[in-house]
Amino acid sequence: MQFEGEHLLPGKIGHFFVLLAFAAAITSTIGYFIASRKTDIQEKKTWLRFARISFLTETVSIFIIFAVIFYICKNHLFEYMYAYKHASKELEAKYLLACIWEGQEGSFLLWTIWHSLLGVLIIWKEKEWEAPVMTVLNIAQFFLLLMLLGLYFGEIRIGSSPFTLTRNEINGPVFSRPDYLSYIKDGVGLNVLLRNYWMVIHPPVLFLGFASTIIPFGFAFGSLLTKRFGDWVKPALPWTLFSLCVLGVGIMMGGKWAYESLSFGGYWAWDPVENASLVPWMILVAGLHTMLIYKATERSLKASYVFVFLTLGFVLYSTFLTRTGVLGDTSVHAFTEKDEIMKLLLKLFMAAFTITPFVLLIRNNKKIHSLQTEEKINSREFWMFIGAIVFFLSALFIIAKTSVPVYNKIFNTNIAPAEDVEFSYNKIMVLVALIIGLLTAVTQYFKYKSTPQNYTLKKIALPTLITAGIAVLLAFFYPLTFYKHGPGFLGALYAALVAAVYAVVANATYIWTGLKGNIKSAGGSITHLGFALMLAGMIISSANKKIISDNSVTGINVPFGKDDKGNQAENPLENLTLLRDLPTRMLNYKLTYTGDSAGHEEGRQFYKIKMVSNDSAEQFELTPDIYLGKNELKSSNPSTKRYLTKDIYTYISSINPVRNQNDTTQFNIKEIGPGDTAYYNNGYLILNGVTKNINNNAAVLDGAVITADITVVSKDGKRFQSSPAIKLDSLNGLYIDDTLYAQNMFLRFSGVAENQKIKIGVKESSTFIDFITLKAYEFPYINLVWLGLVIMAVGLLVSMVKRSKISATLAAAILIALSVAMVYMFFVAGA
Amino acid sequence: MKKSSIFLLAGIAAAIVALIIFGFPASDFSTYDSIGSAKAKQGKYVHLIAKLDRSQPIEYDAIKNPNYVSFSVVDSLGGQTKVVYHNSKPAELEQSERVVLQGKMQGNVFECKSITLKCPSKYKDDKTQLEKSVTENTAAPANVQQNTTADSAVKKY
Repeated sequence: MQFEGEHLLPGKIGHFFVLLAFAAAITSTIGYFIASRKTDIQEKKTWLRFARISFLTETVSIFIIFAVIFYICKNHLFEYMYAYKHASKELEAKYLLACIWEGQEGSFLLWTIWHSLLGVLIIWKEKEWEAPVMTVLNIAQFFLLLMLLGLYFGEIRIGSSPFTLTRNEINGPVFSRPDYLSYIKDGVGLNVLLRNYWMVIHPPVLFLGFASTIIPFGFAFGSLLTKRFGDWVKPALPWTLFSLCVLGVGIMMGGKWAYESLSFGGYWAWDPVENASLVPWMILVAGLHTMLIYKATERSLKASYVFVFLTLGFVLYSTFLTRTGVLGDTSVHAFTEKDEIMKLLLKLFMAAFTITPFVLLIRNNKKIHSLQTEEKINSREFWMFIGAIVFFLSALFIIAKTSVPVYNKIFNTNIAPAEDVEFSYNKIMVLVALIIGLLTAVTQYFKYKSTPQNYTLKKIALPTLITAGIAVLLAFFYPLTFYKHGPGFLGALYAALVAAVYAVVANATYIWTGLKGNIKSAGGSITHLGFALMLAGMIISSANKKIISDNSVTGINVPFGKDDKGNQAENPLENLTLLRDLPTRMLNYKLTYTGDSAGHEEGRQFYKIKMVSNDSAEQFELTPDIYLGKNELKSSNPSTKRYLTKDIYTYISSINPVRNQNDTTQFNIKEIGPGDTAYYNNGYLILNGVTKNINNNAAVLDGAVITADITVVSKDGKRFQSSPAIKLDSLNGLYIDDTLYAQNMFLRFSGVAENQKIKIGVKESSTFIDFITLKAYEFPYINLVWLGLVIMAVGLLVSMVKRSKISATLAAAILIALSVAMVYMFFVAGA
Repeated sequence: MKKSSIFLLAGIAAAIVALIIFGFPASDFSTYDSIGSAKAKQGKYVHLIAKLDRSQPIEYDAIKNPNYVSFSVVDSLGGQTKVVYHNSKPAELEQSERVVLQGKMQGNVFECKSITLKCPSKYKDDKTQLEKSVTENTAAPANVQQNTTADSAVKKY
């Protein structure tokens, strides 16, 4: 059949370049591999040339593939499955990139784009290690492009192409028509839950973090190929720092996104998808420290190999967990993929990048340099190594817990997560935080190899004293109040907080006493300071989080808090219902729901909450919103008032289901004159007078408008002003009713009666007209988390530029630009 | 072997053992159960995978109590139970295809602590769902086609 209106050319171009990129990845791998084995300079040069041209072809092809996908989605070519699934006409232009990231093909493509750019940098900057590193990078490209291939071998399709046609992918009666395309009015579009500024920026940064872990891996693997066992550490260090910085920022962007818009009530929930990205970061932190140990003392080389290999291994494992639907019921981030071939490809990808390096490592075990002398307990490397091991073990702990669904699949068991998932992690991680905090504080005060006696004690006395002072002040003036898990856990939290403060103080002091204020070499101390600050912020903001809408504190609704068996609920009653215009007192604020307004996106409604603190010193408005998408999918987006020292955070948990439905109750007409009184069920009303042509509603300015001025007095003595109006033009009257939400009452100017009286219609609704149910929290000192993160990232960058071969001006420019960008992202944007 | 390596290995081994003992106690895990087996384990924390029973009403009155929802679920083994959830009604409960409930059976009522909804619209990658939506959204032409065949059938006679 000939189909009408299809644009098949872009798809053909796109698919051609997928094939070309795939072929180029293979030839580039071969070229680089042979180049890495050749010792003859001339031959090596020839192969390198070949490999570079192949890689360039691959890179250009990948960018063309991206451009074609962009074109298809931008122009809503719904004949393509990718556009149909992810794009839609009502989608705002700013989410165009987000809808490309949303799909699996798009995110794999994003990964290959970063690999390409990193590869270009390697070719430019790392001449000596180019061949082995690029061999590894190209093998990864081979696997990623394989998953985009979409080629049939008999009945089996290898990979899933982003250029498949909708009519070939799904069945439906409409596809039997040649003009089917004219009936597909719109695509499915981006999930409303993902329509957020962070969805545009978080995936690229996170994927750059993931993609960049291949560079340290490539150096380590390359050194095994070329038998230059220790030489890789120094050139790989700046890349490792880069990777840690980007991955760390990417992970916390996910946290900020969750906090700002996903209404989970926090930035971290030990969700499997979050864990899966945290684990490679933690292992790479361990790797960075063992690499630094090797550079200074020639120890820990084997550990460096293991950590760097495992980092990429766990990046791939995390992709496997999140992309194959194994996590199923345990994660809110549900990506599903029923494609068995895809699962197999991912497993092969993972196996290639975990088994091969370890086989090579074991084979070369004897040849890898290791010192046979004892390290001293007063040396820096000893404590750094302990820290690395603690980081590594806690990463294993996290991934072992996260992998429970995988065990269930393999052993056919039905183990489910704990009742209190967060606590099952936190009780271990609080001890990790304590140890890491102490080590981070103390270790820099030791010297490599051996520390002169008294040096450490003398230097560390000042920060220790300051910390002790702060610890006492904290205990008295700002105690932690997390009693839920008993005094033991509270004590551990307090100890971990003090350890984090110790690390902040000790590292800040070290910049001056140890490094004499030399900022260029202070990257490590700045990073540690930021990390510890983040840790302190996490402990305080979670332990002292307050539920403002807690009913058991406010005392409202409690009589209903029992279920029909009379059991009091175990959960704190965190939801609070606000009737429109009726102020309700909560923990330390008085809240009034004052009305709603439509957003500029279709289906998005903002609810205005006026918040007044008990002493009336603070007054502000919060506007949480509900974004109603297709298929009744709702997304509730929080609204946050930010202070320097705390965030006030609200989101809507339920809206009135019968809102905006037509009320069938009739108006009860009362004829009254000026000064007269009429009664209604819940009080009485007085007509103060009638005015002509005075109405503050601009929409009704033409024509004569008569407004009644009415005072409503309820039984409990409250007085309300109301001004229903009627607009008269040549043909008929238009009622402009007034609603008294607090009284569930509508007033209508129904017409004019005899004897200077007018008709006032009163309608009393038996149900509440307008209300919302919300949750409100206070997160104290949450800014420490974001500030700590930014400082940590800056510290990593300082270390990176110091260790890489770039000029001071360029280094400063990079640092300033990225710092400004991060401050903007975490403190300004989305506010 | 070096003395320090032995200490280190012993230390790591001890840490791993401690992690396994304190990090993975049985109390930190629960089980996936059917409604029937959950009823047999009164008061024990379990995960139920079930479906909303649409023949029963969902009770939620945010004015009376915003922290009380009750509804019924059924599972594929024919079990049925009433569920009480002390929180607001999850927005997409009615649209859900499957629910994962965490909580305890108390008598004939499942005291729910947390609900995870599996909504069809979240599963974009699910082909049957896409087919359903393309068929629904393009329902008009399919009908038109039927009408035209009907028309031509009428014309024939």
